[in-house]
Formats: sequence, C-alpha cells, structure tokens
Amino acid sequence: MSTGLFLLVLLLVAAIAPFARKYLGNYAGWVYAIWPFTGFLYYLSLLPAVNEGLIITESFEWMPALGIEFSFYVDGFSMLFSLLVLGIGTFILVYAGYYMRPYPMKGRFLGYLLLFMTAMQGIVVSGNLITMFVFWELTSVSSYLLIGYWHEKPEARASALQALLITGFGGLALLGGFVLLAIPYGTYDLAYILSEPDIIKDSNLYLPALILILLGAFTKSAQFPFHFWLPGAMTAPSPVSAYLHSATMVKAGVFVLARFNPVLGGTEVWTYTLTIVGVTTMFVGAWISITQVDLKKILAYTTVSALGTLVLLIGTGTEYAINAAIIFLLVHALYKGTLFMMAGNIEKKTGTRDIRELGGLFKYMPFAAVVMIMALVSMAGVPPMLGFLGKELIYEASAAAPKAFWIILPLGFMTNVIMVFLSLRLAIDIFWGKEPKYGKIPAEPSLPLILGPFFLVLVSFVLGLFPSTMANPLTSKAITAISPLHDAMVLKLWHGFNLVLALSAFTLLSGYLMFRFRHTLLLSVDKVNIRYFRKEFTRYFFSMIDNFLVFTKLKTKTLQHGYHRFYLMTLFIFASILVWVMIWRADPIMLELNFSDMPLNLIAVVILIIAATLSAVVSSSRIIALISMGVIGFGITIIFIAYSGVDLAITMIMVETLLVILAMTVVYHLPTYKNFSSTGARMRDALVATLVGTFFMVLVLQAGTSSLETPISEYFKETSYSVAYGRNIVNVILVDYRALDTLGEITVISIAALGIYAMMKLGKK
Amino acid sequence: MESIILQIAARHMRPLLIGLSLIVLYRGHNEPGGGFIGGLMFGAAYILYAMAFGVDRTQKSIFFNPINLTAVGLFIALISGMPALLLGDSFMTGEWYTFFQGTLMELKLGTPLLFDVGVYLTVAGMLMLVMFSLMEE
Repeated sequence: MSTGLFLLVLLLVAAIAPFARKYLGNYAGWVYAIWPFTGFLYYLSLLPAVNEGLIITESFEWMPALGIEFSFYVDGFSMLFSLLVLGIGTFILVYAGYYMRPYPMKGRFLGYLLLFMTAMQGIVVSGNLITMFVFWELTSVSSYLLIGYWHEKPEARASALQALLITGFGGLALLGGFVLLAIPYGTYDLAYILSEPDIIKDSNLYLPALILILLGAFTKSAQFPFHFWLPGAMTAPSPVSAYLHSATMVKAGVFVLARFNPVLGGTEVWTYTLTIVGVTTMFVGAWISITQVDLKKILAYTTVSALGTLVLLIGTGTEYAINAAIIFLLVHALYKGTLFMMAGNIEKKTGTRDIRELGGLFKYMPFAAVVMIMALVSMAGVPPMLGFLGKELIYEASAAAPKAFWIILPLGFMTNVIMVFLSLRLAIDIFWGKEPKYGKIPAEPSLPLILGPFFLVLVSFVLGLFPSTMANPLTSKAITAISPLHDAMVLKLWHGFNLVLALSAFTLLSGYLMFRFRHTLLLSVDKVNIRYFRKEFTRYFFSMIDNFLVFTKLKTKTLQHGYHRFYLMTLFIFASILVWVMIWRADPIMLELNFSDMPLNLIAVVILIIAATLSAVVSSSRIIALISMGVIGFGITIIFIAYSGVDLAITMIMVETLLVILAMTVVYHLPTYKNFSSTGARMRDALVATLVGTFFMVLVLQAGTSSLETPISEYFKETSYSVAYGRNIVNVILVDYRALDTLGEITVISIAALGIYAMMKLGKK
Repeated sequence: MESIILQIAARHMRPLLIGLSLIVLYRGHNEPGGGFIGGLMFGAAYILYAMAFGVDRTQKSIFFNPINLTAVGLFIALISGMPALLLGDSFMTGEWYTFFQGTLMELKLGTPLLFDVGVYLTVAGMLMLVMFSLMEE
C-alpha cells in the first residue's frame, strides 16, 4: 500500500458511503471504520522505520507545466498526525454510526465525515504546497457540510457559513502565501523547501509570505480575533465536534505552523507574532469558558485556549517549547476527543447539555463517569495521565522562554488554574451534584458510544505511565522534524522536587480554591464577560458581511447601470486610452497623409461615406439614419474590394445587409424617434465620438509604421499551407490556429441568440 | 404586406442561396469563404423567405428548429476537437486524413472542416433564431 492509494480508496469509501448505508444498516459505522483503521495500522507499521530516519515520498504528475505535482511527504511529524487523524477517526466513525441513528440522512453524514477525514489526512501527508492547499480547502468545504448538517436550523446554517467564510478567507491568504513562498525556490516541492530554509529568509518575500501563511493558519486554528467561529461550530452533531476539535480542522493551522517552523520560524517577527497571538488566545479562550453553561461550549472555548497554547509554544521555539508543543498536541487530541464524545453521550442520555441541569449521573453511568473523569484529570494536568507531562513541559517552556516569560508564565498559570477549575466543576457538578428530574432514567451508553472515549483515555493513561517507552517513540521524530536543531527530550513522569513541580501543586490548589468559591467568583466573571465578550464577535462578523453586501450592491448599481450608451462610452474611451498609451510609448507618431496615388473612383466612395455619416448624425428619422449607416457599411466594403480584401468584403456585405434588416425589425418595436438628450449631453457625445474616431484614424495610419511586437502574420503565411493545409489564411486562423477562440465566440453568439429569443417570447406574454 | 414579386423571388432564391452557402463553406479553406460567411448566407435564405411569406409559414416549411440547429452546430464544433485528444495532442489540434491516396480522387479531410461545419450551423441557427424572434408579430 502507499499513501496515495490509501487516500484514493478513502475518498472512494466516502463517495459510496451515503449509498451503501442502506444495505449495511446499523453496522455502517463499523464497516466504514475498517479502512481508516487499516490506514492506522499501516502507518503504525511504518513507525519503526520512520524512527530510524526514513522519509517516505511519493509523487504523481499533475500539472507538470506549472511545476505542480500530486506528491506526498511522510516524516515523523506527518506520522504522528496521521496516527491521530486515522486512529481517532476510526473511533469517531464507530461512534457516529451509532450516534446518528435517530436522525435522517445518516449515510450522507458518514460520507461527509469520511470526506473530511480524507481532506485532513491529505494535508498532513502532502509533499507539495499546492497539494496541501487543495486538501486544506477540502477541509473547509467538508466542515461546512458537517457543521451545517442540521440545516433546517437557522443557527446551524449561520455557523456553517461563518466557519466557511472565515476559513475560506484564510485559505485564500494561505494560497497567496504559498505562491510567494514558492517564488524564491522556483518549486512547490515541500522536501526541497524544508531542506533549504535560508532561501526564503534571505528573500524580501519573506514578510509578505509569512503574513499570508499566518493569516491562513490563524483563521483555521481559531486564533484570536478569529476564534469565534469555533464555538459557533458547536451546532454540529457531537461526532463532528469531537473530531473537529481533537485531531482535525483546527489542528490543521497548528500543523502548518509547525510544518513550516524550520523554514519560516526563528525570526523576530515570527516569535513575537506567534507569542502575542498565542498568549492572547490561550487566555481569552480559558477566560470565556469559565462562565459558559453549555457543556459543548465550555469544551469549545477550552479548545480555543489549547490552540493558543500550541501557537505560543511553536512561536517560543526553544527545545522545551517544541517538545511541549508536540506532547501537548497529543495530550489535547486524546482528552478532547473523549470529552466531546462523552458530551454527546450525556446529551443523548439526559436530553440536555446545560451543566446547570445536570447532576448525580455517577450512579446511573459509573463506567462512563470514570472514563470522562480520567479525561478531565488529563485536562487538569494531574498525574499519572499524559496531561500532567504536557503541563509540566509547558511550565518548563514558559519559565525558560527567552522573551517575555514574565507575561507568558503568569497567563499560562492562570489558564491552567482555569483548566483545573473546569475539570473539577464538570466532574463534580455533572456526576455528583444535585440531581435534577430527568425525563427518562439515564443509563450507561452502549458499546459503540463508549468505545472511542474509553480507548482514547486508555491510551492517554498508558502513555502517561510509561512515557519514555511509549510516548517517546511516537513523538521524538515529530519533534526533530519540525525543529531540526533540537533533540527530543526523554520524557519522565517524575522530575524530582523543583520549581515546576511546586508550580503544578500551586496550580491544583488554586484551581481547587477557585472551585470552592465558584459561586461568588462566577458572578463577577460573568459581569466582565457580559460587558466584553458575549457574542460580540459573531455580531461584528455578520454586520461586516451585511455591510459588504451593501457595498457590492452599490458597486453593481454604479457599474451595471443599464444604460447602453454609457457602456459603449466606457468601452470606447477605455480601449482608446489603453491603445493610445501603447502606441505613444512604442514609436513617435508620424502622420503621413498622401492621397496622390488614390484612384478617383475611391475618392468618390470616400466622399459618399462622409456624406452618409453626416446624414446619419443629423437625420431626424430613424429609418434614414439606418439607411445612411448601411451606405457607410457598403462604402467600406467597396474600399475592401479595391484593396483586395475579398474575405472581409464578403463578410462585410453579409453583415451589413443583415444588420440593416435586423435594425428594421427592431425599429418596428420601438417608439417614435424623439429628442430626449439635452444639448450638453449631445456635445459630450459628439466630443467622445470625435476623440474615439480620431484615435482609430491615428491607429490605422500608425499601424503601418509602428510594431509593438513581432507580427505573427509571417508565421501564419509560412505555415498556413504546409502545416494546416489551407491557402485561405483568414479561415485557417479561424478554424485551426485560433479554433478555441472561435468556439468561444460561437458559444457566446448562441447564448446571445437564446437571450433575444427568450426576451421576445417573454415580452409577448 | 404581400408582394408577389418578392414571394416568387424568395421561393427561387432559397435553394440557390443554400447551394451557394454550401459551396462557400466548402471552398473556404483555400479561397475566400468559410463557415461564418456560409452560415450567414444560409440564414439569409430563410430570412428572405420569411420576409416574403411570414415567419409562421417559413417555420412550417422547414423540418428543423433554429434552436436545435444552433445546438447541433455547437456540438459538432465541440466534438471536432475530440479526435486530437484521442490521438494525444492538445484539444482542437487539427487532425488530417487523406482518402484514396495516390488516385485521381485524392481527398484530404480534417477536423478543421468539421469545425467549420459546426460554425456554419451555429451561425445559421442563431441568425434565424434572432431574426424569427424579432420578425414575429
């Protein structure tokens, strides 16, 4: 098997999933999980080789002319992510297959989920910037479908749209960043870019590329001030939230930051931006989560906080920080996946997610309670769960941060205190607390619903107990991949008595105190939050969208005003100016008017044309004006014949004849000729007409002497018969050299004809 | 407005114009002419007829519908680009084949001719469509 093949089959499974569900019934989740699980085992089997330093690359030709390949690059970091995406994805599918049972269109839901998985897996193994971007966009699109899954709810549609617009905007920025990044390298190949980090840093494109890539990553990873779409995405079904928050989507931004850390990282602007944004997001997310009462909203804001922590750590970039980032990534994926699936379970069994209406659940679902509490223990950073290791490392990293540790450490400390507080609160309020009246008696969730949470917690537990033998092999190559200068540290559960341990103990104590005095505390925090944080961002966002719509309507009304004469005027003036400038810059304008070799009969024709023009302009009858125009056309035809442009002449005769007939039929439908325009408007029109006419005259006279480019006519003359077997060059150009243009033109005239037809038919009714 | 002169002229001109348009189409590759001009002539034949007899009678006297004629033309133009794809060239490359090579009947045919036929039909169809729509009372 190969990475490309695996992805292709995964995509196929996603495509047939909606249709196959009918035949698979309730086992659909299990069946669809087989392939991701196979992938999980495949990557797990490669782990030893990757730890030896193997980097797997594959490449398929896609657009060779543009240097774009469909290529894959799997190193230790991609490996860790692949295991998370596919491992957690397997459990999510099993869970979703069961969870979605009561709802309609579950087959389609599973299909979206698989598509989403394909997209995320594609991002983490891409070996080409464009490949990565394509998968990146696919995550935005598929998450839109998933978040808006219950599309009959208006808030689901609004949240989905919000997520799509924000991440879509970020996606565009990311594409721009990738293109700028690739310019100094001359290739989109990831392996090459990673191997030559200095090229971009020495280029003056570094800053623009960095800004755009950061915009893409920050929007995807819900960094402040783009954080608000993530809690909004809570309207999605629980399996989606569990997947979105643990291994996919929001982690994609973190993935890109970490992936490009060796290339873009280490500079002042990188460090400061990531640190400031990361710290702010970390703290704001944790702070808002204090007063939330919706279980999923609480978890969503803690995710925002965790993402901020990750960005902060990557930005800090020291050995401790990078180690902490990778460990914390793993920690967070494991406990957050569990917590969201459990939130779904609790909602399913009790009918509510409001923690004020939950309580005393331990006696109804003791096993589920243990699973969830273990995840909360990991979130609080208490040994022996893996979360403890993560938190210790973060403290070490914050204390040793070269810049601004005096702000990182206190805010990091407060964030952790809030995590401890939330863990205590969720555990105690939900599972013990005062028991409300439940509609039906809650029960232990069934096997597929608890399987995922249980396994994830178990992994977190085992990794926490045996860090050096179990967690190190998973993460060491990931750490060196994103930061080649640093080594992976040997992980230990027990560090001895030191400052960090004291800080940990102090965190737990503060968290407990916060929980103890929560009733007074919550009131004051609530006051602050109502004033500053409540929904404001979402409202700003939608008012921005509304204003944008107003602006585009105004713009459309100004530009698409519906007056044909002004369209023509704009076109003519603009075209004249453009060509005028080009001629001006090419050659000095020399007008040589020499009528001496002009035959007398042609002079007569020219005089006729001038007379007809005057008659068309001053005539007060539409018919006379039309016929005069016809005379002008035929006059020009005669000139063509005189200078042996037979093709043009024939076409001209046909067109002029038909045009007059056409105009006559239109005249029939029009009201009588009246003079609506003021004298000023007529003067303006006359001026424009004179200018444009003069311009064309100069253009024609100048065409003989000026040459802007090497004329292509020589090439046509030479090859028309030898290559294209035709002696009529004009026609050969139309049907052979420029056939695609002609195809476009006949398509356009067909559409125009259909438009006229429809207009006339509708007008009759 | 019924004019007996115009009616007789139109009746006899129509087949002549159609024949002429076909000649113009065919010889377009080497001498003045081509699908575009041919299509306009073909359309003009029917417009003349419609001016003499009215749109309704003209519609009844033909077995095709201008919309379909346009569609068929576009379709032919489009598929004329396909053989090149099958032969591994880029879309719309002219592909030629010589029939009866070496005999007196030697005939060179290629996809550009097919394309020109497509142009011819499209132009004729759209012209008739527009004119008939406008001329209909």
